[in-house]
Amino acid sequence: MTPRSLIRAGFAALLLAPVAFAQTTSLSGAGGTFIYPLASKWFHEYNLLHPNIQINYQSIGSGGGIRQFSQERTVDFGETDGPMNDQQLNDSKIKPIHHLPLALGGVVPIYNLPVNGLKFSGETLANIYLGKVAMWDDPAIAKDNPGVKLPGDPITVVHRADGSGTTYTWVDYLSKVDGEFKTKVGVGTSVTWPVGLGGKGNEGVAGMVRQTPGSIGYVELIYALQNKIAYAPVKNAAGEYVNASLDSVSKAAATASIPADYRVSITNAPGKGVYPVSTFTWILVSPALPDESKRKALHDFLVWAVTRGQDYSKDLGYAPLPKSLVKLELKDIEKVR
Amino acid sequence: MDVPTSTTLESPAPGLGSRPPSTGAALPPAQPGAVQVDSGPPPAEPPLAEPPPAEPLVDRYHRSTGRTADRIFRLATGACALSVAALILVAVLYLVHGSVPAFRANGLGAILSPVWDPTNQKYGALSFLFGTAYTSLIGMAIALPLGVLTAVALVEILPKALSQAISLAVELLAAIPSVLLGLWGIFVLVPLVRTVEIAIYKSPLGLKKLPIFAGPPLGVGYLSAGVLLAIMALPFILSVTREVILQVPSAQREAAYALGATRWQAIRRFILPYSWKGIFGAGLLGLARVLGETMAVTMVIGNTPQIKASLFASGYTLASVIANEFTEAPSDLAISALISLGLILLLVSILLNGAARIMLLRLSRSHGTPQEVK
Amino acid sequence: MSGSHRLRKIQGRLMEGVCLLAALLAVIPLFAFMWHLAAKGASSLTLNLFTQLPLPPGEVGGGLKNAIVGSLVVVGLATVAGIPLGVGAAVYMSEFARPKVASSLRFACDVLSGIPSIVMGLLAYQVVVVRMHHFSALSGSVALAFIMLPVVVITTQEMLRLVPHSLREAGHALGIPAWRIASSISLRAAAPGVLTGMILAVSRVAGETAPLLFTSFGNPYLSADPRQPIATLPHTIFTYAISPYDDWHRLAYGGALVLVLGILGSTLLSRFILWWHRRSLNV
Repeated sequence: MTPRSLIRAGFAALLLAPVAFAQTTSLSGAGGTFIYPLASKWFHEYNLLHPNIQINYQSIGSGGGIRQFSQERTVDFGETDGPMNDQQLNDSKIKPIHHLPLALGGVVPIYNLPVNGLKFSGETLANIYLGKVAMWDDPAIAKDNPGVKLPGDPITVVHRADGSGTTYTWVDYLSKVDGEFKTKVGVGTSVTWPVGLGGKGNEGVAGMVRQTPGSIGYVELIYALQNKIAYAPVKNAAGEYVNASLDSVSKAAATASIPADYRVSITNAPGKGVYPVSTFTWILVSPALPDESKRKALHDFLVWAVTRGQDYSKDLGYAPLPKSLVKLELKDIEKVR
Repeated sequence: MDVPTSTTLESPAPGLGSRPPSTGAALPPAQPGAVQVDSGPPPAEPPLAEPPPAEPLVDRYHRSTGRTADRIFRLATGACALSVAALILVAVLYLVHGSVPAFRANGLGAILSPVWDPTNQKYGALSFLFGTAYTSLIGMAIALPLGVLTAVALVEILPKALSQAISLAVELLAAIPSVLLGLWGIFVLVPLVRTVEIAIYKSPLGLKKLPIFAGPPLGVGYLSAGVLLAIMALPFILSVTREVILQVPSAQREAAYALGATRWQAIRRFILPYSWKGIFGAGLLGLARVLGETMAVTMVIGNTPQIKASLFASGYTLASVIANEFTEAPSDLAISALISLGLILLLVSILLNGAARIMLLRLSRSHGTPQEVK
Repeated sequence: MSGSHRLRKIQGRLMEGVCLLAALLAVIPLFAFMWHLAAKGASSLTLNLFTQLPLPPGEVGGGLKNAIVGSLVVVGLATVAGIPLGVGAAVYMSEFARPKVASSLRFACDVLSGIPSIVMGLLAYQVVVVRMHHFSALSGSVALAFIMLPVVVITTQEMLRLVPHSLREAGHALGIPAWRIASSISLRAAAPGVLTGMILAVSRVAGETAPLLFTSFGNPYLSADPRQPIATLPHTIFTYAISPYDDWHRLAYGGALVLVLGILGSTLLSRFILWWHRRSLNV
């Protein structure tokens, strides 16, 4: 091949490249880090099954997902574990927005201490995050952990620096069990923390707690499991100290009455064996998405996710959706097409 | 022979336009006799009928030849230059335009409140201003003395080969991307700083009672961020200070040694005083460099919007909060507030850069070395 | 008298020792950094790093193919825009512009080069992402081009300034048109320096992360499409470094080593070009 024909071939390839990619349907989404381990597994597996569908999910926090999907309109779907409130739905630049549950999970308190097997009650956690309990050997912690030798070190509190659905679940629970927390901090994906360091994403919080002796944080269960960080059981409404597990998280959803739009809080649910800091996590989609091939791809993926995809949930520490819920959801997924 | 020597010889010849106009009067007044011999019949008129000869030669040629190729080339390159001017205009305009809603809603003074609470419409940036200032201060407090002393060592004390090798080693630091220094920071610097902090915390001297050492030994915080910023500022400070010290005329050194000074006395009393202005300019340049640093700082500062005097405390800077919160700002007003932080960064960096350059320019002028007038 | 002399001598030696200590301290960060990176990243420098895509978190293995290709695409696009514009502007400033215009443009460039890169990211977000309603490699390239432009202009202009005017005047004397003088005489004489400046500008933006945070967005798949989001090496390193997954840390170090070797390599290459050029002039 002469150099000139090589150059021509190069040009042709350059021009055709976008065309070649056009056969693939590329979707982009943004949302919480809570679901990221499961979601990335799903998108990876789904892409192996359907190589022409690429779903690019970036976990920038639930707050980011809501903003980029409903306001900036830079992504095709959002994802959050802190549901949008009515004001946000009203102000959205794309309407209507459907919340569709993808999975159930638990937010666990993680800590970095030479001592293991600690337990926490909701009030203690609230007071730690208010800054009122500042030392590990505080009587409140001792009360939750009788007979345990606690170190006399200061507590380094870690929370989220970004807008987070995990935060939403955490503060939603703490506000339910502690009135002062509710007034001082309140509920939202982004709150004003009285104390603590900020980590970026569930990964950031887990990373910080892992690196910082004497620290406490809150993350989705899988982040504690995958990184072998100690996590604690929390006292539920029935007075038991329960660890987050598939079972205890599913029980939290079992007693809840699910509204038609699926937006419901299941923290501090009543009943035995319930894990109190549980939450649904939702994908945000809209039938008003302009591109039809994208809507179809999303629809097909969602059908797969709430049925076959649920098989992957257990291995990654998420609880599968209740079968009755999936039946209802499949009907609503049709609205997306 | 009233040859009008003044008109043809006082004004510098056109082709020497590179000499700045202010020092153009360098030509010696000619003797009338010499002119007569050299130039023969006096020129009837100036060689080219153009305005003041201080213009570059090229301009004249353009106007007289008018070739299309020249025009096109000039237009094309001019358009490129215009794009640069347009860019800075766009940047400033966008930032100002984007910040207006925040300023209008809360008033200019509200930005100085210490409360940053986007969910409750509170956009006080004082904690970020403090964090940026404090970390930069720590960085400069480390980098400036280190840089000056190193520059002295390189210029005055060490042999040339070693001095060049060390210069290279420090300049390569400037090439390291911020995110990689942050990576090193998380896994090496922070544990190191934490060890130091724990030692101070547990020290029997009760050092932890001092406000500058107050708080739990986290590792992350102002100190770690300050050290990383020092590493980033060092190459700039070193290279500028080296140049400044090199520019000290040898007459100064010779005078010092002639008076019987030791090497250090020569440095301390004859060379450094000459260079303070330049060193200050170097400091300003270094400061301008580190003020907008984002990635490395975000990875080690702890991301806590608060104002604490302690080196151990965690904080937040203007650049970090923009990086962390921009994609998810809960409202348009919050976005506007973040853009206003960007505007603050821009204005401060313009001020510092401008001040640094003026300082360095004044220095070179006062030394008598004719610098190109910019 | 000799007493005071001895005192001064001791003082002097002490202070000189302090200076030497400072010089030693100044060198430590580079070596500490390179050592750490090499120690942690060397094991990741396998072929897999370049040929594999990343796996979901928690799974061991995978590589950074998408990030490496992505960086090449984004930096490549930025270079295609930034270098011609920058060199063109510098040529205009040094060959054609009036002194006042040239100095104000130069001031504008100095100001631009001092703008924090995150602010450039904000700008690119507003100008490209919001307009396109899409995160894209293109917006990342635009942000990087904004950063690259003043650097290229300043270094090119400095190099052109060093070209002696006598060369240009010789050109004029021979009747060569101005555009030819600018390109074949000035630029060619300054070529090694200009090339160096280009290499430095490209390697500088190759490591930028902040402006890419809200422009190129990231992408776990291999993509070279400018209209789609794309992964880049520095952004991926950042995301993986702050995560708690050991395997992601391993990949981050591998990517960091690739990046740093590329950047340091090009910095040393540019110095070599200058040295070689100087040497060939002295022959």
